[in-house]
Amino acid sequence: MNKPSTYVPKGIYPFKTKMIMTVALIVVVGFYLVSSIKTESFIIDIFVKLPNVFGLISDFFPPDWGYVAQIWPKLFETIHMAIIATTVAVIVSIPFSLLTANNVTTNNVLYQVMRFVLNLIRTIPDIILAVVFVGLFGIGAFSGIMALIIFSIGILVKLMSEVIEAIDMNPTEAIRASGGNSLQTISFAIVPQVLPQFISFSLYVFELNIRASLVLGYVGAGGIGQLLNKEMNFLNYPAVSSIIIIVFAVVVIIDMISAKLREGLV
Amino acid sequence: MTEQHPLPQPPKNKWKMIKRIFILIIILLIYIWTISSISIRWDKIFSSRTLENFDRIIPRFFQPAVAETESIVEKMIETIFIAYTGSLAAAIIAVPLAFLCASNMVKNKVLNNIGMWILGAVRAFPEIVLAIIFVAAVGPNPFAGVLAIAIGSTGMLGKLYSEVIESIDMHVIEALEASGANKLQILFYGIMPQILPEFLSYAIYRFEIDVRASSVLGIVGAGGIGTLITFAYMNRNWEEVGMILLVIIITVTVIDQISGFIRRRLV
Repeated sequence: MNKPSTYVPKGIYPFKTKMIMTVALIVVVGFYLVSSIKTESFIIDIFVKLPNVFGLISDFFPPDWGYVAQIWPKLFETIHMAIIATTVAVIVSIPFSLLTANNVTTNNVLYQVMRFVLNLIRTIPDIILAVVFVGLFGIGAFSGIMALIIFSIGILVKLMSEVIEAIDMNPTEAIRASGGNSLQTISFAIVPQVLPQFISFSLYVFELNIRASLVLGYVGAGGIGQLLNKEMNFLNYPAVSSIIIIVFAVVVIIDMISAKLREGLV
Repeated sequence: MTEQHPLPQPPKNKWKMIKRIFILIIILLIYIWTISSISIRWDKIFSSRTLENFDRIIPRFFQPAVAETESIVEKMIETIFIAYTGSLAAAIIAVPLAFLCASNMVKNKVLNNIGMWILGAVRAFPEIVLAIIFVAAVGPNPFAGVLAIAIGSTGMLGKLYSEVIESIDMHVIEALEASGANKLQILFYGIMPQILPEFLSYAIYRFEIDVRASSVLGIVGAGGIGTLITFAYMNRNWEEVGMILLVIIITVTVIDQISGFIRRRLV
């Protein structure tokens, strides 16, 4: 018989969970210490180097507003690159995302191969893509656009194929049963279900492309990164800070517009 | 009596039509503006030089410089350390900000909005810009990369965390309050068990992203494998670029698999 008075309640968490948590915590903290030592970075350093940071702020301010006139052309080039890259990437991604969705592509071998290729593409950093394309096509916006296209396809196909895999297949069956052909099935059963999501993802990738094109300029693939790199090398900090402020403003505005558009869509 | 009812007219939504045409015109204008003002020298791109480049670069690219493996792997490990230190710092900094943003924890609307604004502003800075600022502030070393990753990740983690906190079951907290628990006890027994698995899952996910992000930061001098990319590119050393790419692909794939496994176990 169990006497209630001698019953000692156990902790909320079982012993095993506590053990696992403790070991996990030790591993996390230990790895943190190792990486802190290896990278010579301790969070305390930020306070040690605080005077440096303040000195820097006085270098960066006030921003050179006269320089803004030189920023616009490159900024527009960045936006144009992102627009073209996103458009091409969306058009290319649609057939590929159908091939990577396992409810449309029933051939398992093809499905696995496509998934493998896409996972591979997504692991390539955009900067290496840019380096290779600049090597192939020379310096200029075209190389940047090519890099952005490949970079966007990797993300878009993954997102789009997940949407296609999640659609309701009953309308497809209904249209097939009433004698619709493949084209009619796609346009009346699949497209209305996926279109809002597709547009939403395209806007999201457009945002990503604007940010990514900053990096591309560093290897000569066009866009505002080129300007940033140049002024940074000349230690022209007031100009750098005006570029950063403009980029920040543009990113915020584009994010806001696309968030509003996406809210209306989904 | 059977009267012939006319079929009802489909509702004509004039404003919707006008709105759609308006949007279409704007999109068309944007595309015309883009295509007319982008400067691409097509004659240069489709020239014999490009073909020569293809012949020269592609074969070299697919013969990775195996001899350089040691130095590349060393830099890759540094990249992982940068990503780890940065995302761990972000995972900790994001917690108080997330509680500030969550409307069920902090009942003050003004404070919620301030938190949202901070996180939004941080998210709007591309990581490379943060890296530039920190390289100028603390010098060209991995520490600048760690700071850039830490600040850059805080924005996203804070937003995701605050969404997790807002979705918790408040009944548990009410029950604890009713039985006389103090604030700290509510935090440990009411809130923590609900949010911890998802917090960890998001932190690990962000670490995955940070490994990719920190491999780029080196081009502005913030440490990691990006430094090697810049050197290899400047020397037109395509074998080395190929090898770096190979190492990055393998590392990122392995880390993705491990973190995917841990995250499936967590949630």
